[in-house]
Amino acid sequence: MTDALAKPPAPFERGLTPCPDCAEREVLIYPRFERLWHWSQAGSIVILMFTGLAMNGWHSLIGFELAVRLHMIVALALLLLWVFATFWLVTTGNWKVFLPRVFGLIAVARYYAYGVFKGEHHPYQKSLAQRLNPLQTLAYSALKTVVFPLVWGTGLIYLTYNFWETLPNASFWLEVVANIHLAVAWIVSGFVILHIYLLTIGHSFRDGVRPMITGTEKVALTPEQEAYLERHETWRLID
Amino acid sequence: MGKAGLRAVLLAMLLGLAGTLGALAQGQAPQLSQSTTDHSKLKELQREFTSGPEVTAACLSCHTEAATQVKHSIHWKWEFENPSTGQILGKSHVVNSFCGTVASNEPRCTSCHTGYGWTDMSEPPPSEASAVDCLVCHDTSGQYTKLDSAAGHPPLEARGKTITGADAWAVDLKEAAQSVGAPGRENCGSCHFYGGGGDNVKHGDLSSALFHPALDVDVHMSPEGGNFTCSTCHHSDKHIFAGSRYDVHAMDTEGTGKPGMIRTDVATCESCHGTAPHKTLSVTGMKLNDHVDRIACQTCHIPSFARGGIATKTRWDWSVAGRMGPDGKPMHEEEYVQGDGSALHTYLTTKGAFDWGENVVPHYAWFNGQVDYTLADREIDPTEVVEINRVEGSPQDGRSRIWPFKRMEGRQAYDAGLNRLVYSNVWGPTTDSAYWTNFDWAKAIEAGMAAAGAEYSGQFGFVDTHMYWPITHMVAPARDALDCRDCHAPQGRLAGIAGVYMPGSNPKSPGALIGMAVFLAMASGVMLHTVLRLITRGGKGGRHD
Repeated sequence: MTDALAKPPAPFERGLTPCPDCAEREVLIYPRFERLWHWSQAGSIVILMFTGLAMNGWHSLIGFELAVRLHMIVALALLLLWVFATFWLVTTGNWKVFLPRVFGLIAVARYYAYGVFKGEHHPYQKSLAQRLNPLQTLAYSALKTVVFPLVWGTGLIYLTYNFWETLPNASFWLEVVANIHLAVAWIVSGFVILHIYLLTIGHSFRDGVRPMITGTEKVALTPEQEAYLERHETWRLID
Repeated sequence: MGKAGLRAVLLAMLLGLAGTLGALAQGQAPQLSQSTTDHSKLKELQREFTSGPEVTAACLSCHTEAATQVKHSIHWKWEFENPSTGQILGKSHVVNSFCGTVASNEPRCTSCHTGYGWTDMSEPPPSEASAVDCLVCHDTSGQYTKLDSAAGHPPLEARGKTITGADAWAVDLKEAAQSVGAPGRENCGSCHFYGGGGDNVKHGDLSSALFHPALDVDVHMSPEGGNFTCSTCHHSDKHIFAGSRYDVHAMDTEGTGKPGMIRTDVATCESCHGTAPHKTLSVTGMKLNDHVDRIACQTCHIPSFARGGIATKTRWDWSVAGRMGPDGKPMHEEEYVQGDGSALHTYLTTKGAFDWGENVVPHYAWFNGQVDYTLADREIDPTEVVEINRVEGSPQDGRSRIWPFKRMEGRQAYDAGLNRLVYSNVWGPTTDSAYWTNFDWAKAIEAGMAAAGAEYSGQFGFVDTHMYWPITHMVAPARDALDCRDCHAPQGRLAGIAGVYMPGSNPKSPGALIGMAVFLAMASGVMLHTVLRLITRGGKGGRHD
């Protein structure tokens, strides 16, 4: 994978021109750590949403004290996971998957806004190097660089209030921090809805979820990629 | 091996038997006295006494410095100079919203003075050493008491009422004198539980329920709990007690002092429990410990006051006093039945109308320990509720915490010409000025003002007042402490307290509303998209393959 990323991608590798001589093969795309990361994060976000709603009185399925305790422990555990995930992304070079790109953005956006209603095919063809379409990279990079840092940053400032409460107007600033935290938390919840909804488009819902469980997905392989995998990483080829 | 084992068992059995016999022998031995003196063996006390001061004189023949010590205490002086504000406070000076003031009502009010014969508030208490009442605090025979209107003297015959409102009995002074010991809750309680003229009338957290409280009424004083006496917390040094309502230790950052010790110079919770009283190794404990710099222990751990079946007076309206019954005589109504089943006055011709409350949710306020009193020389605004004692504190001063209070609502007489609170003469069965005898405010106020030496315009009216009583007794077991949700909720208990942000108290704050708007936009986008897909029969959209 690092080899494939080292050279600039060919146009078809951007996923929007048909790859002339590619074979669609089931390949291991999501290594075990990435899947573990995804599902731990998904579970954590659900717990954080549930406990956050409890603390704000939207439901009373659990008490405030338990909600605070769970929210705090799960948030800290998730932060720790993110430290590991960031390390993994950097050392494996996988972070490049999330680099936003403009090419093909319009086509994908047009598909969701129009083509999907016409029964058109999804314009993006996943490749070995680029499993995310341009709209996905834009969404994930915004999530990872703006939304998540805002929510955990404000969360940490919120949590450590007792270390900075002696600052002037600390109570006011705590309220500001809490407001940002709440605002961004709601936006994360919106993302979760959108994320799940988009799984229903293009594939069946099950087909959408399966790769993140088994780790494998059908992608277009050039003859060179296929030959490389057949020769050196046969364990990544499923069929 | 086998033999050695058998020997060991036999030896253990023998030792066990010896231990049991030893324990039995010890149980039969006479109990050693806590004190090194059995006062019943003292010659000085083996005689008949005919008055309280006679007993005191006998006490002082050995305890030579005791009277001098007592005379330096607020218990004796009824005067307190606030070191921060310079206000001269104490019972002999302040005006309250109960019976008002001591001046002109002395023998009734000074029935609870720790002395004998203080009949004139304009003078200091009697100067003789034997005027100190040792027995009221040190009697352990349980049968010493004071008459309700004899300036502190005990009943020597079965006539009149005692300070707790019971029918008086002839006190045996000899028995009392021979019984003396450290003060128990009965000693302190016989005055402090009956402040304001009856059981729990004044404080709300000090009632006869504390003589033998159940665990859920007071975890410290209950025999099932700590079985504390008052002085377990209110330590004394030279007859001066820690813990004053006039100068409250609202925040204690010193804690227990040396590790494993308890501090005895203050009566704060922290002096025993430390400054991080919750479990430091649990998330909840840490979070609760984060609260202690802002929230007084009492705020969570005394979820309500006037518990244990004894109600407290919550409103006293003097302005409607004087209404006579159909027979033209003073009347009374008893329309409140408290938890222990007894009916309480809700109207008295002598005193006006009352409200009572049990399990009362406190009023909360920032409190730095200082209270600013509206004394009788301060101009008031009669168009507003007058704060008889304004609680001071703010979130910014670094020494305030949010405290619970009993807020007493009153409606009482004031000088309508000078706009000041007044002294009034209410008690005096034989005078022609006392309100309770003559039902004439003009005379009662004039007499009260004259007794206090205060200027009076001659016009009076009635003004609404609030008076605040810090709540610090009746600490509940931990399981009954407030739930987080009692405050961390919209319209929680601390709603309206400025300068503190409470997570969960405003789920629809501006930030949350912005976030919810974005969330709703995204969710409605998804809904709209779904509907459009269904209508256009694009269905699941095309597949890749």
